[in-house]
Amino acid sequence: MSQLDPDVDHLLRRAAFGAGPADVEIFRDMSPGAAVAHLVDYAGRPDDVDERIGRPDHVQVSTNNLFAPDIDIDDARQRWMFRMVHTRRPLQEKMALFWHNHFATAYSKLAADSGTRQAAKLLAAKPGSLRGPMGQIELFREYGLGSYRDLLFRVAQDAAMVIWLDGQFNTRAKPQENFGREIMELFSVGVGYYTEPDVYAAARVFTGWNVRKSEGYDDDDMNAYQEFVYRAEDHETSEKSFSFPIYSDGSKTIPSRSESAGMQDGIDLITALAVHPETARRLARKFWNFFVSEIHPPDPAFVTATANVYLQSGTRIGPVVYSILNSPWFNDPAMHHARFSWPAEFVARAIKEVGWQNFSVDKVRAPLANMGQALYEPPNVGGWPLGAGWFSTSTMLARSNFAAALASSQKNFIAVNLQPEASTPQALLAAMLERVTPAPFDSQPQQALLNYLLAGGAWSGSESQVSTRAAGLARLLVASSEYQLV
Amino acid sequence: MNRSRRLFIRDGVATVTLGFAAPAFLADIAQAQGIPGRRLVVVYLGGGNDSLNTLVSYQDGSYYNRRPTIGVPAGQVLQVGTDAAGHALGLHPRLAALRSIFNDGRLALVQRTGYPNSSRSHFEASDIWGTANPQNSTTSGWLGRYLDTLPRPVDALAAWNTTDETPRALKSAVTGVPAIANAATYNFGSPNQGTAAQQERNTAEVMASNPAPGRPHLALLNGANRGAIETLDRVAQARVYAPTVAYPNNGFALALRTVAGAIVRGIGSKVYWVSTGGYDTHAQQGAGAGGGYANLMGTLGDGLGAFYTDIRNQGLLNDTAVIVFSEFGRRISENGSNGTDHGAAGLMMVLGGGVRGGLYGTAATLSPGHPTLENNSGDVRYETDFRSVYARLLDDWLGVNSVPILNGDFNAGAPAIF
Repeated sequence: MSQLDPDVDHLLRRAAFGAGPADVEIFRDMSPGAAVAHLVDYAGRPDDVDERIGRPDHVQVSTNNLFAPDIDIDDARQRWMFRMVHTRRPLQEKMALFWHNHFATAYSKLAADSGTRQAAKLLAAKPGSLRGPMGQIELFREYGLGSYRDLLFRVAQDAAMVIWLDGQFNTRAKPQENFGREIMELFSVGVGYYTEPDVYAAARVFTGWNVRKSEGYDDDDMNAYQEFVYRAEDHETSEKSFSFPIYSDGSKTIPSRSESAGMQDGIDLITALAVHPETARRLARKFWNFFVSEIHPPDPAFVTATANVYLQSGTRIGPVVYSILNSPWFNDPAMHHARFSWPAEFVARAIKEVGWQNFSVDKVRAPLANMGQALYEPPNVGGWPLGAGWFSTSTMLARSNFAAALASSQKNFIAVNLQPEASTPQALLAAMLERVTPAPFDSQPQQALLNYLLAGGAWSGSESQVSTRAAGLARLLVASSEYQLV
Repeated sequence: MNRSRRLFIRDGVATVTLGFAAPAFLADIAQAQGIPGRRLVVVYLGGGNDSLNTLVSYQDGSYYNRRPTIGVPAGQVLQVGTDAAGHALGLHPRLAALRSIFNDGRLALVQRTGYPNSSRSHFEASDIWGTANPQNSTTSGWLGRYLDTLPRPVDALAAWNTTDETPRALKSAVTGVPAIANAATYNFGSPNQGTAAQQERNTAEVMASNPAPGRPHLALLNGANRGAIETLDRVAQARVYAPTVAYPNNGFALALRTVAGAIVRGIGSKVYWVSTGGYDTHAQQGAGAGGGYANLMGTLGDGLGAFYTDIRNQGLLNDTAVIVFSEFGRRISENGSNGTDHGAAGLMMVLGGGVRGGLYGTAATLSPGHPTLENNSGDVRYETDFRSVYARLLDDWLGVNSVPILNGDFNAGAPAIF
């Protein structure tokens, strides 16, 4: 069994990426409540993880040229996985992943529009690293626990989002519905709480929300950039009516405004959508699935309670997450292992638990794609198919084969670490399960694992026997169905 | 009505819980289920295909008035004749391969397919097409329900999905569908060699055979693990395949090549699922033979053309039918970005050796106010319920009773495509 309190283990599977040796040191003596506070109140700890890239006692990165995660998407993918494995602010990365799925924006379309460098920059550039605004994922890191209204506004004015949902073509003469539809269907109230005429009105609201290019812009220039601009001359100025209230007095109509004042239309609609009770309930359901359970349907009382925290805190996400992680629903033991891990979570946790000696996160990019989750490349604006949707024979084989590759790379280190504890097969299995932590096994798979350890002949505990069997055991554990449940 | 995407997925858990309930397959099970039998290849165009530019009503002046930039010029279309309402029609210029199949009498073009109150949401609409149920799109899929009618135990490769995600249409109560995107990487890795590696595979199979009573989510994952291990060896047989034609080098064509390999190797799957994306053309569709939409058409036409020719050369065309569909058509008038927004009714295509080719249904008349339009004349109104095409495929092609699968009889007025 794991070395941590089961409730803390549960918390770290959900609000972090599992527990590696460093996490065990930090959380060993913490109560679940203290651990929640430690995870949520991360702002007091420095965001210094990127400075440790390249250190020999960390997972490695590999690159043909200079490591350039602000302008090269493959390097950006490595940096993000490095952060998931080694960050001291795991909830920050977890929220970035949550919002990345929620506001799903894909690199490939940005690259077709702006070239590979600018596309990587639009998504992944750290603030202050290069000229221009921060990348979309950095918005999620920076504001992921802030007010949702604020985040929605920043995303609506994020150059990557504008390009992704064709905002640059949304003009007075020909309103373009892509963003206007998705902000209601996917980013706020959801299907059933808006009408087709609302979509047309929303398209008109966002006319003129565009991007501009920096002076002397060139796709290949790493310091060139694109940023949001409001083009007053493209704005459609007539009034826009909706089926739901826009203003606190119940009025459903955004008034006619001059071109120069017309950006306020979008601010009004974003505010109305952010404080809409159905947005609160929809986010509560998404958080139920993300933090609490994908097996149990959202408890109506949870949805009500969480939506209330959201609305009463001025749409702030930090208090929502804090309240969820301290809630009786989250801490119900029936919720342990009641969620399907995302491929990125699976990979980060496997690395933390099995080891990373001389292992490069470059080796996870292709497996992640085969598992169905290339970072920065969600399949469409609806995000990834979560829950059971992650699992098919093909994606399960991809997880299984990643487990094999990781165990293979750590074969010698596992053997050295575990040989002192491998006096019997039972002892080896117990020692491995202190580090690698699947959901509890029923007796049949438990016995199958012991049979595997014994299948190589009488147990001697020799170095070669432990080397073979411990690596095989790590492979089987990480590839097991039980390990996919978090 | 509150049906978020997340809720669909939660429901998806329930509908596939019993995946891979079948015991280890045997090749003779596949034989018993109909080799050499008919098979259906489903091609999904992801994003909402702009059907008005796939099959062009090139004498309708309103088509060009409403699509001044992206309209396909009349001189470029590949003419396929006139429909029952007298609309002269032509295929997109990059669909030369499909026109050739049409001229062989083996391509049915079913115009204006859809359903009442068409959803303009990608996710809801694709779930409606998948479940064949516009009222409740969170149930199992129509092809999943077909698979559930097959005699038990069902072959583990009764259906073959070439994408990573199991589409709604293949979600089933009791039949697991393996996802085999690439036969070449469909294998079982190990940190060891030889006997130890084989023992790992055996152990994984035993672990995955745990029925996990009381833990349905674990049973579901065990089903995926077991389905993978059970299909490894047979999929390996399809890995090496020398087609009779050169397939284009793109994901869609390579998926079709994989399907052809599986068919030729006698794997025996009844249903294959292939998809190709990029059809959400809100911007930069281009005009005629060039631009974004033309590239989509080139990928589609050239891929299907290669597959059709390959299967014909292998002598397997008479047992193969291909259906092409998308979740909705697109708006009639182009938008400000030389693209089109989400619309309503669209075009279905069915091709194969047993297909009675031709034009089915009638094109919309695109002048504002015409009764073939809806949504203030913004969109094309459906004429043929898409479920009536499904009914033909089930009753006339796969030879099962469509009524329980579709929860209704949709044969009345269905296009006689077989």
